[in-house]
Amino acid sequence: MIKEDIVSQQRTRVQAGRADDGLGPNTDIGSRLRALYGSVQDEGVPEQLLDLLEKLDSAEQAQKSKDATRGGE
Amino acid sequence: MTEMTRVEKIAAEPTSFKREMLSTLPSLRAFAVSLTGKHDKADDLVQDTVMKAWAKQTSFEMGTNIKAWLFTILRNEFYSQMRKRGREVQDSDGAFTERLSVHPPQYGSMDLQDFKKALAQLPDDQREAVILIGASGFSYEEAAEICDCAVGTMKSRVSRARTRLQDILKVSGEADYGPDAVATQVTTHNHSF
Repeated sequence: MIKEDIVSQQRTRVQAGRADDGLGPNTDIGSRLRALYGSVQDEGVPEQLLDLLEKLDSAEQAQKSKDATRGGE
Repeated sequence: MTEMTRVEKIAAEPTSFKREMLSTLPSLRAFAVSLTGKHDKADDLVQDTVMKAWAKQTSFEMGTNIKAWLFTILRNEFYSQMRKRGREVQDSDGAFTERLSVHPPQYGSMDLQDFKKALAQLPDDQREAVILIGASGFSYEEAAEICDCAVGTMKSRVSRARTRLQDILKVSGEADYGPDAVATQVTTHNHSF
């Protein structure tokens, strides 16, 4: 019973902490943080990163089909 | 081929790992910019992270939180590179130093410039905490796991960061009336060096 009380108190405290951590959508700091972060996010993914992803992927596909061929022999 | 069609093409592919990774990259890159303070260094860091993650992809369980997993790899990579190279002198503005390509309409660019400078004055652990919670959208539990610290530690870092940001911004608001006020207060508030 006591243990349950502690647990529920802790839970309340956690929720309260989240609610008034001062970083919500209507706070100065929260909205500025997101504006700054969002300005970088909105730049999209640079070409060289897309190149890299495609290179890694096609190398993996090539390896897979090589393995598959070998497995079939 | 334009960037948009390339992204769309990958988004339509069945290879989920690549697709899921791609969907996290804009946020991962923003976090990298906040750590390195430079777009070019951030892009190098994201590249290294993508390669590391790709090599370790068997250790990632599909359907679990790929975003937190990638952020953890990127952060570890950043600090291990810092240790290897020795700490490079960051330029004065620190986090998000370079261009702001988009100025959200509700803020003047000066306003966000001031905010960037305020962020840069935070100790590294507080800055990353407030960014992970306030901008990347992680829970305290996820952020604590990414930074390899206790949840309570994460909470106190965020709380201290927020208090200091509020102090610095209050001061720089008043500082419009005299530059000396800024210099004095900045020195007073900057505990990171």
